[in-house]
Amino acid sequence: MQGHSHYVPTSGIGKWMDSRLPVPRLVYDSFIAYPVPKNLNYFYTFGAILSFMLVSQIVTGVVLAMHYTAHVDLAFNSIEKMMRDVNYGWLMRYLHANGASMFFVAVYIHMFRGLYYGSYKAPREVLWILGVIIYLLMMATAFLGYVLPWGQMSLWGAVVITNLFSAIPLVGPTVVEFLWGGYSVDNPTLNRFFSLHYLLPFMIAGVVVLHVWALHVTGQNNPTGVEVKDVKKDTVPFTPYATIKDAVGLIFFLIFFMWFVFFQPTYLGHAVNFVPADPLVTPPHIVPEWYFLPFYAILRAITFDVNLIIFTIPSKLGGVLAMFAAIAVLAFLPWLDTSKVKSSAYRPMHKQFFWAFVAVCLILGWLGSKPAEYPYTVLSLIFTGLYFAYFLVVLPLLGLFETPRKLPASIADSVLGKARSGGAPVTAGAAAAPQTKG
Amino acid sequence: MASVQHSEGDRRDFLYLATGATAAIGAGAAIWPFISQLAPDAGTIAAGAPIEIDLAAIPDGGQIKILWRGKPYFVRSRTEAEIKAAVDVEMSALRDPQPDAARVKEGHAKWLVIAANCTHLGCVPLGNQGDYGGWFCPCHGSHFDTSGRIRKGPAPTNLPVPQYTFISDTRIRITGAAATV
Repeated sequence: MQGHSHYVPTSGIGKWMDSRLPVPRLVYDSFIAYPVPKNLNYFYTFGAILSFMLVSQIVTGVVLAMHYTAHVDLAFNSIEKMMRDVNYGWLMRYLHANGASMFFVAVYIHMFRGLYYGSYKAPREVLWILGVIIYLLMMATAFLGYVLPWGQMSLWGAVVITNLFSAIPLVGPTVVEFLWGGYSVDNPTLNRFFSLHYLLPFMIAGVVVLHVWALHVTGQNNPTGVEVKDVKKDTVPFTPYATIKDAVGLIFFLIFFMWFVFFQPTYLGHAVNFVPADPLVTPPHIVPEWYFLPFYAILRAITFDVNLIIFTIPSKLGGVLAMFAAIAVLAFLPWLDTSKVKSSAYRPMHKQFFWAFVAVCLILGWLGSKPAEYPYTVLSLIFTGLYFAYFLVVLPLLGLFETPRKLPASIADSVLGKARSGGAPVTAGAAAAPQTKG
Repeated sequence: MASVQHSEGDRRDFLYLATGATAAIGAGAAIWPFISQLAPDAGTIAAGAPIEIDLAAIPDGGQIKILWRGKPYFVRSRTEAEIKAAVDVEMSALRDPQPDAARVKEGHAKWLVIAANCTHLGCVPLGNQGDYGGWFCPCHGSHFDTSGRIRKGPAPTNLPVPQYTFISDTRIRITGAAATV
């Protein structure tokens, strides 16, 4: 997709700069002349929305850091001071706290979009894996940030999550002591979490640059999954088409975001986090933020030792392994899905399995919010099995058994409705054939 | 003069290896302080010195929770019935088999001193609750008996007994954390 640059500097300064550090050329080629498939729908605006959210989180976060004190005796009060005394401190904090949730809303839509349209398939494997890395960094950042207000859920969330690492055989307890900088989650822990919470967003920004770079090398996928064949017929320039569409998507997203900020600013949080941290009292019900709930359900689903004949995986380690595997499996997705057809619009069976998978994730999220007792523990185990079955059983086998619908010859044809007249379904091999040439 | 080729390596190979090894050691030495600073500092270690606890203040059947090294510990004065319940359990019924006698000091079976962080993920279990009359962890549903042993739920091991000694009949000194977290 990356073709010859058509940037022509017009002014004298532009020419001078272009022969020294061609930043304007890079911007022109990447965000103005860059060709995007003409059939992109609104699900494709979430990349831009996520970029906006990253900048928003960094800007509000830098402001919050000016008023925050990373000390166990002062952190909670510094947040309350921010909420009451600092001009617009409440706004900055609610933008930041709800912004984290909105960031995850957007990233989940973005990821499910990728799953639905097969955006992870060749040649976009690296692009997808970079996305998984961004998602991991986002989760780390969100977790670290949630600890900073030093409320009850901050402390106990930190206790539960850092204790995950004690499940590592042999070195686990030492690793945890190095994470804490002491014998428990305490002041040294809070200090280093603050430092890392400030660092990670910039690492995310770095990986985002690679993510966008990889995107601009392969070009965007699109709702048909058919690659661009004729840049003139199949694409439109990024500006104004994608720019305006992204702006419209962003505006609607911001309305949703601002509704939370101004009308339900604490809805997505936990009431118990308004109680200062107390290492002597565990809240009756420890739950992570909503965006971690499916993984929390998977963590708690393994309540039994797994006997592998040669050795036994204790239940705690089993839960930790299952949770990390649930994220790691995403990185292998490009090779687990054997179907050559990308878009679920042309994969009648995958379309159903996809929505079933969405349901599985939502139900896991619901289970993660429930106490660890019957029947939720059994259900968690069943749905954890279904979660992994989608990646390890359904996707590998579906490519062999599914008969895809006939793909349009090109993006232009699909836009003009020519594909509909195609009619009869064809075999996977025949449907895939035009793509391999692309 | 033509250079002589030694199949077992010549002086240049040696220089490469020696330089490489020195550079690797140097890099390791430079990285180590960045790792080491993460460990508990001297102040934290000093604040974790042994602690003495007066048992006289604990009523029969009652328990106290103390904080040492930032972590809670239970000191429980067990009733006769609770001791009997803990002693009478079949070892085969335990996930982490340990007789009650191994978890208390000889002649002081009344006193149970255990770490109060659930061995699953570190929550503080609630006393006198659960199916076995000991503790119940509200986070992920582990049940502990009156000896602090895991009986049901996700926790892998018993609530660990810290290192402690009786200074007198009514006074103990906790000197070290238990072997496990």
